[in-house]
Amino acid sequence: MGESSINFAKASSAALQDQQLRGNFRRAMDGLMSKRAVQFADTAEWNGVRALGASVRLRALSKLPELLEKLEANCTKNGIQVHWASTTDEANAIVLSIMQRVNAKLVVKGKSMVSEEMHLNAFLEKRGIECLESDLGEYIVQLDEAMPSHIIMPAIHMNTKQIAHLFKQKIKEAEYTEDVAQLTDLARRVLRKKFATADVGISGVNMAVAETGTLCLVENEGNGRMSTTVPPVHIAVMGLEKVVEKLEDVPPVISLLTRSATAQPITTYVNMISSPRKAGEKDGPDEIHLVILDNGRSGIYADEELRNTLRCIRCGACMNHCPVYTKVGGHAYQAPYPGPIGSILMPQVEGLEKRGELPHACTMCNACVEICPVKIPIVEIMGRLRSEAVHPGDAVRGAGSHASKAEAMVWKGWSMTYASPLAYQFATALLAKLGNAAPASLPLLKEWTNVRAKPRFANRTLHALAREKGIPDV
Amino acid sequence: MSESRNAILGKLRAGRDAHPLTPPESDFAVLRNKRWDGAERLERIKRMMEAVHTEFLETTEADWPTDVQAFLKAQGTRNLLFGPATEAGGRLSAEWAEGGPELIPYADRVETFKERLFDGIDAGITTTLGAIADTGSLIVWPTPEEPRLMSLVPHMHLALLRADALYDTFWQAMTENRWADGMPTNALLISGPSKTADIEQTLAYGVHGPKRLVVVVIR
Repeated sequence: MGESSINFAKASSAALQDQQLRGNFRRAMDGLMSKRAVQFADTAEWNGVRALGASVRLRALSKLPELLEKLEANCTKNGIQVHWASTTDEANAIVLSIMQRVNAKLVVKGKSMVSEEMHLNAFLEKRGIECLESDLGEYIVQLDEAMPSHIIMPAIHMNTKQIAHLFKQKIKEAEYTEDVAQLTDLARRVLRKKFATADVGISGVNMAVAETGTLCLVENEGNGRMSTTVPPVHIAVMGLEKVVEKLEDVPPVISLLTRSATAQPITTYVNMISSPRKAGEKDGPDEIHLVILDNGRSGIYADEELRNTLRCIRCGACMNHCPVYTKVGGHAYQAPYPGPIGSILMPQVEGLEKRGELPHACTMCNACVEICPVKIPIVEIMGRLRSEAVHPGDAVRGAGSHASKAEAMVWKGWSMTYASPLAYQFATALLAKLGNAAPASLPLLKEWTNVRAKPRFANRTLHALAREKGIPDV
Repeated sequence: MSESRNAILGKLRAGRDAHPLTPPESDFAVLRNKRWDGAERLERIKRMMEAVHTEFLETTEADWPTDVQAFLKAQGTRNLLFGPATEAGGRLSAEWAEGGPELIPYADRVETFKERLFDGIDAGITTTLGAIADTGSLIVWPTPEEPRLMSLVPHMHLALLRADALYDTFWQAMTENRWADGMPTNALLISGPSKTADIEQTLAYGVHGPKRLVVVVIR
């Protein structure tokens, strides 16, 4: 493992000790799972809309370069300025140059996972630009100087009491209250002033429509609409996979997204933006910029199997249903995208040296695959990445970086033993006699025994027992 | 065009051409088959929207300005933001009786009255292009006469809905009306007042947008 690698095992072990955190997640995830199930109770409808959603995403991927060009052409025609960024550094630099041109001091942000991927807030704050998260969950997490722990519900790791204390401590005019309506209203009052005075609004993009040059955003709070309507400049950032071909592709994807994410038939707002303020219009930004980010996605796209990662519509349902995520929570992953999708996306984006542990944060139970609204074969990709991590190759950055000589030798020995009846008989007889004498602290064995009882070898092998019953070996 | 643009598109094209992908057919039957009868549509819209705290005010073509005024007066609303240049706005100005909430026209660029908009407006009224039965959503296309912030910033949003402008699904509304031929600056679906569940999954209304959404159904 490289020095810069992220230690998931250590972080998750700490998370497992935190009873409060585990309780918070368990409650939230149980609720989300049962509510989602109600939304998709009609199995025929679920199968139909899911197949349609998957086909929309696959069709978009099948024409990805052409659709991005079409999106660019139509956005440009509509007056939206399109920028391309190969890396997050480049994307940050593009955003900064726009800010500097308009002399921006205050930015309000709608929810955007790509901006988390860019670490945009920290980048802008270092350069003296205040960057305020306006989604309530993101706002809470920002006040707490923490990271989102879920892509849909960023503050899901906290309970009301913890948030009440945080508000009291961090917001000047706050009175201590555990009343959710009052806490929400406090955030409303604080943030309204910011919306009215912000120089720039930043948002993500749930879908960009190539056919019409339209950016679609779904949300419940209205902060997304505020951020994209009130400030004079709107900057939207998107991963390059977010394009769809036609406007009519939007309804099925939105239906799958909102029902899978929060079990709502639809979010309060579906916001479709196709142009900046036109002559005669009285509000809306004068400038809209769309930053299209690659950050490793074109590499993912080149591989036939890994490409399926790019179908994702970021609903977060895989997290809610993951037995690992629900126990350890989002922070243990130390990544903008946690849970199953994060465990396959992060290693591909940031490389296996750093993220090679994540594909092992999976029991391969297939729960995520069963509920994924666009049928991403998450578990297969998980297995593929485990293999990539120990075999040098070019498909994924850092392939082979987790290769271990000891592990390779064990497998080699195992396969030789199983290839020869004589070697097998000798090895099993030896283990029956001496196996129990091996100390639990033996390297490799320790990985198992430090949290489990050491397995005991039987005195006599299965083969020996079978022979006694008159069953011949071969 | 930027270097990154060409590099990204080049890489995507090479990746795709090395392993082309044949997507399955997109079968929209699952959306096409979602149908409700005339009366059922409005009932469903009401049921779904009321479940997320939307209020409904039933009225008629002849009486709606008077009914809206009476409703707002009863709520203690101080003022109502409206678009004076629309047909509905014309009716409001003409039929607004003395002594009701003050009518405030959205007649200039937002920059000229941003402070008042954020601080001093209780309610805003807009028209809609109809509503969607599948999800309980209003279709709102802001225009120069009815700007975008009217349905967002005031604490209460009143939306005029003609009882005959109803669709089964979002997909039906956009395909039948050929939205793809020309999208407006901003098109919206609005399905309730602003809400959040970001504090421990507890629903709270009115976080950034309107605290109340009142659908004025005109028969």
